[in-house]
Amino acid sequence: MARKVAVIGAGMTKFIRRALETPKELAWLAAHAALESAEMKLSQIDCAVLGTAPEAFDGFHMKGEYLSDGCGAWNKPFLRCYVGGGTGVYALAQAWFHVASGLYDTALVVCEEKMSSCQPHPQAAFLTIFDPITEQPLKPNLLWIFALEQTRYMETYGITIEEIARVSVKNKRNALNHPAAQLGAELTVQDVLASEIMAWPVHRLMVSPTSDGAAAVVIAADEIARRMTDKPVWIQGVGWCLDTAYWTNRELAYPEYVEKAAWMAYRMAGIREPRKEINIAEPYDPFAYKELHHLEGLQLAPKGQAPKLLADGVFDRDGDLPTTPSGGLLGVGNPIAAAGMMKLCELFWQLRGEAGGRQVPGKPERGVAQAWGDLMQVGTVVVMGTKEPK
Amino acid sequence: MANRVAIIGIGYTALQPTTPLRSFKELTFEAAQKAYANAGIRFDEIDSFVTCAEDLNEGISIFDEYTPDQLGAVQKPMHTLTQDGLHGIADALMQIRSGIAETVAVEAHSKASNLLTPDWLLDYAVDPIYNRLLGFNAHALAALEMNLFLNETTIKPEHCASVVAKNQANALANPVAAYPLATTPMNVNHSPYFAYPLREAEMAKHADGAVVVILASEAKARQSRAKPVWVMGAGFANDSATVESREWAKAVYAGIAAKQAYRQAAIEDPRQIDLFEVDDTYAYKELQHLIALGLYAEPLEAVRALETGDTQTDGRTPVNVSGGALGMGLALEATGLYRIVELVLQLRGQAGPRQLPGVKIGLAQSWRGVPTTSGAVVILGSE
Repeated sequence: MARKVAVIGAGMTKFIRRALETPKELAWLAAHAALESAEMKLSQIDCAVLGTAPEAFDGFHMKGEYLSDGCGAWNKPFLRCYVGGGTGVYALAQAWFHVASGLYDTALVVCEEKMSSCQPHPQAAFLTIFDPITEQPLKPNLLWIFALEQTRYMETYGITIEEIARVSVKNKRNALNHPAAQLGAELTVQDVLASEIMAWPVHRLMVSPTSDGAAAVVIAADEIARRMTDKPVWIQGVGWCLDTAYWTNRELAYPEYVEKAAWMAYRMAGIREPRKEINIAEPYDPFAYKELHHLEGLQLAPKGQAPKLLADGVFDRDGDLPTTPSGGLLGVGNPIAAAGMMKLCELFWQLRGEAGGRQVPGKPERGVAQAWGDLMQVGTVVVMGTKEPK
Repeated sequence: MANRVAIIGIGYTALQPTTPLRSFKELTFEAAQKAYANAGIRFDEIDSFVTCAEDLNEGISIFDEYTPDQLGAVQKPMHTLTQDGLHGIADALMQIRSGIAETVAVEAHSKASNLLTPDWLLDYAVDPIYNRLLGFNAHALAALEMNLFLNETTIKPEHCASVVAKNQANALANPVAAYPLATTPMNVNHSPYFAYPLREAEMAKHADGAVVVILASEAKARQSRAKPVWVMGAGFANDSATVESREWAKAVYAGIAAKQAYRQAAIEDPRQIDLFEVDDTYAYKELQHLIALGLYAEPLEAVRALETGDTQTDGRTPVNVSGGALGMGLALEATGLYRIVELVLQLRGQAGPRQLPGVKIGLAQSWRGVPTTSGAVVILGSE
């Protein structure tokens, strides 16, 4: 029933702390780069899909409408989809069904975020994401609630802080090879643990930065994709799942919503044994522990075992299952929705063998990208591969 | 259209100027329960959920966090669109046609009474770099646009006043309308200006309410005990977001959206459509939108239709029988879904005292208001 859909172009801006471009210009820079990569003109695009996270950062009302022409949606169908931090990966799922439904043949998918407009620091804007009656009076912030989740994760499975710190070391090192990266670095576990404690057990170097940036892809239905490129990267599966807003009532040690989103995507992709059938993963890593937590949700490591596999080198760029070869949010940067889209761009480049110094060896055939957001509540998953879906 | 999709259930609350005793969650819960009962479906039989909401209208950032619980959507595929409910219908149509879901619930609500200074909020929708510094209220864009529209089409302010009188009178027969009123064009024409030539009485007022619409694939719809109303076509589009480079007098976005919907529905002449529910956020917008939808070959025909009563409830092509936004109230992102509610009731023959005889095809159209150029069109049919 569904048409086959492939990614045929990808592009992004540099991720930096404070971009001089307007949000609209950032969106267009990424959109334009993706069009160039696909060797297409805007007139060949049927519709545009935007992913961008809270309005509060930019101080806009109806931010999507403002950004629409920056996304190439001038006299075109335009949708802005939204699942908090999970938006970046979800945007491709949204665009997938635009094309798979047969209503549109091509789509430009753009994710943009400009967090620097929020002065002095966007963390203050995050206070407004909490329940106005039961939570906001407590003045919570993201570092605190993720510190709670990290503690729960470590306690449940007996994980040490050193094991968590390794994620920062790996991802920031991987980012050194990414030309758009904000915070690539050569660090040791000791360096990470010597950094300031933000909220125990979260150290400064375990937290992704705030960033400005945009990333975009072009997708097309099968017959157009084959005509436009020799190396289409097929969207094999998409999944998303939103859990209850009452996060305080949930078991935080394991992300069930990521598992459900993953199986939705894996079923569609015909994957039965994810650990064996996936060559490369880009799990969401806004905090160091999240990469491990998400790898478990993605069924790529048994519960509580991801830290061991990391220590064994399984997740290194030349390991058995390279994870976050891009450098991730910890290394490349975290312009929320754009960071998720950056992960999809990375899969596109890796699967085409165009990732340069970041290229993982062994010609990977299939990768998974995942993002997460809201109140530790949403999982979004896309599986891409070089093999055309059946 | 292959892989047909139907609306199998609707649930909605009465629109009210204010709802001090209930939260948005309670309004949504009521609409959801009614929709599930209307469709004869349990919440856990629904595959995927869509909410249409905008952060600053809700007063909560990342508002999609608070969408699943009251719909019974916990641990289900669910996402938010920051657009009108009609975009949500188009989204559901695409999900079902791609095969990823068989049943989709689309929700939108308005708790506009929580907005203490909605016009001030609207300032934040104006381009921050080039326009906001000029210090005008976004409604002034509508007044400027109306001025050009009247000038280019030679339509008179009196005609816009007739639209107000027609829609608010229609709302008298709609038990869920918030602003029914028996008034005359002359009353409207003697009322104060908001910004010349736009009068305050020609601007729709906000109301609170919630709507849930259940869509299903043909196979699922056939199993449902409810009479399906088919989605024949859905289109949506944006013109330029930049005020300096858009078409002002014409609603280009509505024209593009309509073209997509007509193509899908195989409608060659809009006059094949029996009733229209179009955006009337400002009275002139109803005329501008009907022209953009191609219902009239030239603009003055829109005026003739108004004068001869063609767009009245007993006319040839009734427009906004529900009362429109002028009569029912503007329900933020739910505005378009209240247009869908009216079409479904009319096409099922359940519209009570305002039921139109023999209607088979209806069109709903939405616009997201100033300063946007975002519009959507959905065409529904009873077979």
